Amino acid sequence: MLPQGYEDWLRHKADNEVNKYQVKVLEDGRRIQKESEKIKVGDVVEVEEDETFPCDLILLQSSRDDDTCFVTTASLDGESNHKTHYTVPDIEKDLESLNATIECEQPQPDLYKFVGRMHIDKNDQEPAVRSLGPENLLLKGATLKNTQKIYGVAVYTGMETKMALNYQGKSQKRSAVEKSINAFLLVYLCILVSKALVCTTLKYVWQSKDGQDEPWYNEKTQREKDTNLYLKMFTDFLSFMVLFNFIIPVSMYVTVEMQKFLGSFFITWDKDFFDPEIQEGALVNTSDLNEELGQVEYVFTDKTGTLTQNNMEFIECCIDGFQYKYRDASSELDGFCVTDGPVSKLQQKAGREKEELFLRALCLCHTVQVKESTDQGQSQQDGLIDQVDGLEVDAGLFHPPQEQRGFIASSPDEVALVKGAMRYGFTFLGLESKTMKILNRNNDVEMYELLHVLNFDPVRRRMSVIVRSKSGDTLLFCKGADSSIFPRVRQEEVERIRMHVERNATEGYRTLCVAYKILSAEEYAQADAGLRDARLALQDREEKLMTVYNQVETGMSLIGATAVEDRLQEEAAETMEALQGAGIKVWVLTGDKMETAKSTCYACRLFQRNTELLELTVRTLEDGERSREVRLHELLLEYHKKAVQDAPPVKAGVNRSWSSAGQDYGFIIDGATLSMVLNNSPESNSSRYKNLFLQICQNCTSVLCCRMAPLQKAQIVKMVKNSKGSPITLSIGDGANDVSMILEAHVGIGIKGKEGRQAVRNSDYAVPKLKHLKKLLLAHGHLYYVRIAHLVQYFFYKNLCFILPQFLYQFFCGYSQQPLYDAAYLTMYNICFTSMPILAYSLLEQHICIEVLLDNATLYREIAKNAVLRWGTFLYWTVLGVFHGLLFFFGVRFLFSNPALQDNGQVFGNWSYGTIVFTVLVFTVTLKLALDTRHWTWINHFVIWGSLAFYVFFSFFWGGIIWPFLRQQRLYFVFANMLSSVSAWLVIILLILLSLLPEILLVVFRKPRGPHARQKKMVQSSVGGHQSPRSSARPLLMRTFSDESNTVI
Amino acid sequence: MMASSYNAKDEDGHITVTGPGGGTLRSKKPENTAFKQQRLPAWQPILTAGTVLPAFFIIGLIFIPIGIGLYVTSNNIKEFEVDYTGVDMSSPCFNCSQNFSWNSTTPCTCTIPFFLEQPYESNVFMYYGLSNFYQNHRRYVKSRDDSQLNGDMTSLKEPSKECEPYAYHDNKPIAPCGAIANSMFNDTLELFYNDPNGTKVQIPLTNIGIAWWTDKHVKFKNPGAGEANQNLTAVFQGTTKPLNWRRPVYELDAAANNNGFINEDFIVWMRTAALPTFRKLYRIIKSPSNGMMPTMPRGNYTLEVVYNYPVRSFEGRKRMILSTISWMGGKNPFLGIAYITVGSVCFFLGVVLLIIHHKCGNRNNSADISN
Repeated sequence: MLPQGYEDWLRHKADNEVNKYQVKVLEDGRRIQKESEKIKVGDVVEVEEDETFPCDLILLQSSRDDDTCFVTTASLDGESNHKTHYTVPDIEKDLESLNATIECEQPQPDLYKFVGRMHIDKNDQEPAVRSLGPENLLLKGATLKNTQKIYGVAVYTGMETKMALNYQGKSQKRSAVEKSINAFLLVYLCILVSKALVCTTLKYVWQSKDGQDEPWYNEKTQREKDTNLYLKMFTDFLSFMVLFNFIIPVSMYVTVEMQKFLGSFFITWDKDFFDPEIQEGALVNTSDLNEELGQVEYVFTDKTGTLTQNNMEFIECCIDGFQYKYRDASSELDGFCVTDGPVSKLQQKAGREKEELFLRALCLCHTVQVKESTDQGQSQQDGLIDQVDGLEVDAGLFHPPQEQRGFIASSPDEVALVKGAMRYGFTFLGLESKTMKILNRNNDVEMYELLHVLNFDPVRRRMSVIVRSKSGDTLLFCKGADSSIFPRVRQEEVERIRMHVERNATEGYRTLCVAYKILSAEEYAQADAGLRDARLALQDREEKLMTVYNQVETGMSLIGATAVEDRLQEEAAETMEALQGAGIKVWVLTGDKMETAKSTCYACRLFQRNTELLELTVRTLEDGERSREVRLHELLLEYHKKAVQDAPPVKAGVNRSWSSAGQDYGFIIDGATLSMVLNNSPESNSSRYKNLFLQICQNCTSVLCCRMAPLQKAQIVKMVKNSKGSPITLSIGDGANDVSMILEAHVGIGIKGKEGRQAVRNSDYAVPKLKHLKKLLLAHGHLYYVRIAHLVQYFFYKNLCFILPQFLYQFFCGYSQQPLYDAAYLTMYNICFTSMPILAYSLLEQHICIEVLLDNATLYREIAKNAVLRWGTFLYWTVLGVFHGLLFFFGVRFLFSNPALQDNGQVFGNWSYGTIVFTVLVFTVTLKLALDTRHWTWINHFVIWGSLAFYVFFSFFWGGIIWPFLRQQRLYFVFANMLSSVSAWLVIILLILLSLLPEILLVVFRKPRGPHARQKKMVQSSVGGHQSPRSSARPLLMRTFSDESNTVI
Repeated sequence: MMASSYNAKDEDGHITVTGPGGGTLRSKKPENTAFKQQRLPAWQPILTAGTVLPAFFIIGLIFIPIGIGLYVTSNNIKEFEVDYTGVDMSSPCFNCSQNFSWNSTTPCTCTIPFFLEQPYESNVFMYYGLSNFYQNHRRYVKSRDDSQLNGDMTSLKEPSKECEPYAYHDNKPIAPCGAIANSMFNDTLELFYNDPNGTKVQIPLTNIGIAWWTDKHVKFKNPGAGEANQNLTAVFQGTTKPLNWRRPVYELDAAANNNGFINEDFIVWMRTAALPTFRKLYRIIKSPSNGMMPTMPRGNYTLEVVYNYPVRSFEGRKRMILSTISWMGGKNPFLGIAYITVGSVCFFLGVVLLIIHHKCGNRNNSADISN
């Protein structure tokens, strides 16, 4: 209980940080500080740059001139780009005189929907009504960017905010080990009850014989005689229960708690988890789940900030079929170099004109804004301009220092492209009153008038700009996904570039194609008119705009393609590979676009080149003319046939081999389709879809779910969690959008990333980087699992062989509940004599050393599916306990057939009997643990030999004094007298040895670990095969016996 | 490449603050101690056939001789046992057992002749054995008051509740109280040697040294033990004898150092037996000081029993046992047999393992070569 209390207290402290931080609220024209939890609906809140919004706000006023503000919702939905939000139109500048009422819908979890109205009361006028949409709503958890200050009015607070509605209640998580413990406990409870029942029954059978119940030498008291027979039976039953209750290892719970609590420190202490960047190590929020880390079967990972650094980098481009790859140390004058790709025209370059056109396109075709440099943090608008001017001077140098130039864009790709162009000599200087300035290679500033921006949208999957150059040409630059550009350009150009694009795509880069077209005056006029009309249209604005866009963006000529890398986290691919090697299935759940996510999956080697992708997205559902449901049904059946029915039957159980299957499948689904699969409730189909979907997914190597809302992520986790075999799931994420999935999974891991602390706070464990997951699972998880599993089994075992002799003794004492051991021994057994060695073992044991565990991911599979706590091993330990119990009792029983054991002819009594049994017991269970210990640190030595020494010391002490507070001096000099008897010594040695003999035999036949495992690895790597680690170099005997003894770990 | 850099970072663990901020950065970097990094130096024993095989042989080689020694020793111990319960009509004690009554004032005596086929050398220990007597019954075991037996005056006058229903009689406290004391074995056994020349010689029996030394000298004390010229009769004034006793506790023995609570017969009885069939040391027959003569030569003996102790009501049995004692205690073949068995099993296993070891070793070698 204590550890949990401590963890709760830590959590409470963290909660205070969130709920009690100071925010500025305008009240009666004054600005006052309030604790964030005290904000009420209707308060006007002031938020400054880089602060997060304390509640959902309607934007009233922004410090920017254009009545907009930028926010990033990275911690909400994982999109880290800057989104533009607008103030309520036509609102007074003076907030003090604003008198308005807001009507809004009931709180709902959808982050992208909001409907409301604002009635602005002006003195003596009709109240003006403004409609409010999601563009006016600033969500709690989002962060204000590139805007100095905003004022907003709180509409939803506390649990009604959209973030809170997407948050799932935290429930106490219980690990699979605890569930096994409870199952075992039930068995032992049954044993306990049946023992008590047997004894009670036999007692009354025995007593029914003449003279047994109450012989003359042992009369009952008057009260006992008067008691009702049935009541007596009942009390007898209860007494037996009390006598045998030690079989239920109550102390195990204490030890397990201690082990978990103390053990979790090893995670916090691990310096491999320390990240020098953020100067922090791992964090353990709950210690209840340590061992669950060793049981993970499914990993659900967020993409943005978890798999990727969310940091785009321009890698290469292809201009007119020639590949350009940027190299820092390029010897060529202009910073270009041509790498020899698969293109046959080696060492050739596109014409200079084309190059420049392409780079201009990159510089112009975007919605990037130049941000003031952050290192000075100036607060005035003038300062910004100064800074930009200053940059112009800097830009005269060959490499303008990039750190000083911040770009802000709705998509990180655009920033990467602009930066890429900058490296090739074309620098985007900024947009000032509809004029885009570019610094070209010759350090001349080129000016372009921005006429129109044809915005990006996910259906068109491209965006365009129409600009007018100094020379008066009207140009349209368009960039977009290959699939949306290729049909709109001249076909003869496509082939040259397609090759590059495809190659880049398989390497995990995000590719974009760039095209342009020169608009004649008439064409422009027509387009201009069309766009203006469409923008002003009141009905079907979207569709009208779309048609105009489609009209304009035709007949372009392709100039090139770009490849941008979404930089993966350090060792992301290695980590994913290790996880897959460990038999863990990795699912990527992201709110991001499918293309982006897919390329990340390729880059992380979750999808490989030969992986066949099964796609179930809005796009694949829409190619037919039939309804989506029909199409969905068809596709599901088709994929199911492919992935499940035709797949070679994979052997269930320990060998979950994913690599041996002939074909790898990857599955892709998006949020909209998922909700169709999960939620089309009216028919009974939904559960069938769900099953089909689940079966397909489970047969796929990896699954990608994109465009997920936070709750959908949790839904998926829940679905897998509750599927057949209830696999152990782990979620890892870094943003607030991952919180629900972190809470839903068995184990939630937060990454201490850039996107706030939401995930960390709600997680069970937090690590600084994704790469730490490998050690957390493969080493820590594995060890914790083996340790606690052994601890549990050992506890059941040691209590069984503790209490079995006591049970057997009842047959020899007239079923009178006479305890075999002294009360002191009964209490001390679990507390002092045998608790410390197992605690030390369960904290320090490394049956395989950490390096080997990290190098051989396959070792993780050996403990999969709770392998050490299956019924087989439980049975083994129980049988062992019974064997030891029988041996102890009857060994001493035969010795006591003549109780004259001392060389002076004196006899031993019942307490000597118990003490001998107990001595054998304490030594045997301790030495049994010693045999199981593979990793003897000085602590183990100290504790194991120390406990034994303590037992001897205690027994002398306990029996050496007449204790005034004791009613009976039962053990007075019993131990000393026992030691003076040679026979007692001999029987103790004999019984200890005999009980450990089978154990030693098994240990010999068991697979070796530790140093030998390392040897094994060496041999394996020299052979070079990917064989199972138990192939060769197993010492001698193991080979013949290991397979039978495998169950015995 | 990644991996190597990772390893490199692994080693430079001692650099604590390298953050960009520098200065007074409070580093949370975990300490790089062996304990915290789970890198404590450890001995990693691997039990393999190679290491265990010699152990098996050694165990076998040690245990078998010990076992033989134990077995021979046990066999050399001479033990004679006679059942004098008097169940059969033919038994000399039949009458006594039949006509038993707690109130009879005249003791019933019976005489059992027996013949020792071997002479018993050195000290001979005389035990009485009871069967089907549950001295280890819970109600019985706890029915005593150790502080009373330790000489505590208040406990003498107010025996513990545990002694019920043997705590008070006629409103007087019972001393010693409790079921154990109440049921103390009170048969008197005497041995006579029937000399071939016709005389019947009583064999001297010692009743000192039959109880544990610590029990006699520390655990059991007469009340008022420290006082000079102690009068037991006076001390026990106001108490009553246990119901089934014929004499009060201060008349158990004539010798002052063996009277009252420190009477050794009483102390022996108070150490409750472990099993329902048990023996307790009754007397010791010391070997004659000249050492040439056996303590009990071969010949005819007579056991004279004053039959006070009823056992037939619970189908018990009473025995008299004569036994010599060795360094391992009384006669018990179990230990010797067990040691011999375990030793042989170990040895046998050692042999089997050696054969397997040898065969497998060869096969593996060839397999490796073929690879």
